[in-house]
Amino acid sequence: MEAYERVKTARLSSRPTALDCIHSIFKGFIEFHGDRRHGDDKAVVGGIAWLGDIPVTVIGIEKGHTTAERMERSFGAPEPEGYRKALRLMKQAEKFSRPVITFVDTSGAYCGVGAEKRGQGQAIAENLLTMSALKVPVLTILIGEGGSGGALALALADRLWMLENAVYSVISPEGCASILWRDGSKAAEAADALHLTAADALSFGIADRIISEEGIGTEDFYARLKDDMSGEIRGLMEDSSLLERRYQRFRSFGRRTT
Amino acid sequence: MLLNFEYKARNELEKEGRSAAPVYGESEVVCPNCHRTLKESQAESMLMTCICGHHFRIGARKRLGYMTDSGSFTELFSDIESDDPLSFPGYRDKLISAKAKSGENESVITGTAEIGGFPAAVFSMDSLFMMGSMGAAAGEKITLLFEYAAENGLPVVGWTVSGGARMQEGLLSLMQMAKTSAAVRRHSDKGLLYITVLTDPTTGGVTASFAMEGDIILAEPGATVGFAGRRVIEETMRQKLPRGFQTSEFIMEHGFADMVISRIVEKETIASILALHCRRSSDGSL
Ligand SMILES: [Zn+2]
Repeated sequence: MEAYERVKTARLSSRPTALDCIHSIFKGFIEFHGDRRHGDDKAVVGGIAWLGDIPVTVIGIEKGHTTAERMERSFGAPEPEGYRKALRLMKQAEKFSRPVITFVDTSGAYCGVGAEKRGQGQAIAENLLTMSALKVPVLTILIGEGGSGGALALALADRLWMLENAVYSVISPEGCASILWRDGSKAAEAADALHLTAADALSFGIADRIISEEGIGTEDFYARLKDDMSGEIRGLMEDSSLLERRYQRFRSFGRRTT
Repeated sequence: MLLNFEYKARNELEKEGRSAAPVYGESEVVCPNCHRTLKESQAESMLMTCICGHHFRIGARKRLGYMTDSGSFTELFSDIESDDPLSFPGYRDKLISAKAKSGENESVITGTAEIGGFPAAVFSMDSLFMMGSMGAAAGEKITLLFEYAAENGLPVVGWTVSGGARMQEGLLSLMQMAKTSAAVRRHSDKGLLYITVLTDPTTGGVTASFAMEGDIILAEPGATVGFAGRRVIEETMRQKLPRGFQTSEFIMEHGFADMVISRIVEKETIASILALHCRRSSDGSL
């Protein structure tokens, strides 16, 4: 499939959202709200749940399915409060030694006057700073769109898995095309140039696993995902050099020998 | 001597004995704010600021010349340059013209220097090199600098200028936000000081990573500082944004910078902050 076809697939409102994954994979999800600073951003959901018999903290960027849902959730574009809610829940997870699982699906951080006033850049930066040294395992599953810094703010993880048609990019292909060629309609060419598919991310070592979308949304699909996640989380929980490995993982991207 | 590595002067700034600002004959600059015409030597004597308070954009190396003690700057990691990992359309040509335009081989220069006698690791970004965008090479230099500073117990002082992540390197440039942040965190966990100075413009992925991660955040007057681009916000919100939105003054008012500081007193302010955290190199205690 062409890269831009995958971008369009990744954006389909019929795809599983973060909440679909959370309700289908975990048991006893209890949703928590608010960043304890300013408000509660509905583009980010989070709480605690059971992954099999492991208590975990789970956080997701939620787009919603229907137009009404998508508007309520700002089409999955988090405001600073969303990132700060996630940050609060991650620190809580660290306190109680719970692994963190994040589901990422966003075209990018919310773009607006309020978001700038309340420090969108600072909010993302603080998440990166905190996640880089969070003492509990972090597993990120990129289920749809991985839009730039707004996605990375929940994806500085020990492992990154991507659904087969998920995409991960520094800029949207449309944005890239309009900057490069002043022509947003050349998005397909930009999508190729950006190397934004799951296979690309895997080849760079940025993604660790591609999840087949065979039977996506079915019970079997989620059961398979749950088994894989449980195994991975168990492994990470036993890793005594988790933080060093996480550091080296990101350190390796673009490393030079001088 | 604290620093112990091979070094030869690569340029004017690194050569011994440079102290006076160069005089450029009759060349002049026009202030975009008050439209005054200033002799370049006059602007130079005010560190490239105008009588009205406007701060001209300056190159990375000139800035370090203003902000660090004369002859103290030693460049590190200067051999790291961008390559073109994705064979991205037009990127090679852009790199060639950026090098010619800026006289630098990357969007950030890194090294060690003294500021008011206090040793520090320093970085300075250059708007003339692809608008200070961060690709793998810039991310690597910043990361190496923080690792070097952590190892040698040095504070880091950095001047940011950036349009954000460099899209021509795709995901690899996005990962530099994570990589540099992790290095800042390790440096910070050693109890070491990190001061950022936000200069015009600081936006995008650099704002959302190491620019906003300083223990102390200073900002030059009137600099554009934000995450999303102004035009993108205007298009999304379908409204014109007011003057002064996403400036240093704006982010200070909203609690995201410690102070807005004129370039004229910037160096002494940084030195005063360093004095409260560090010891002078002449103590021989580092
Ligand atoms: Zn002026």
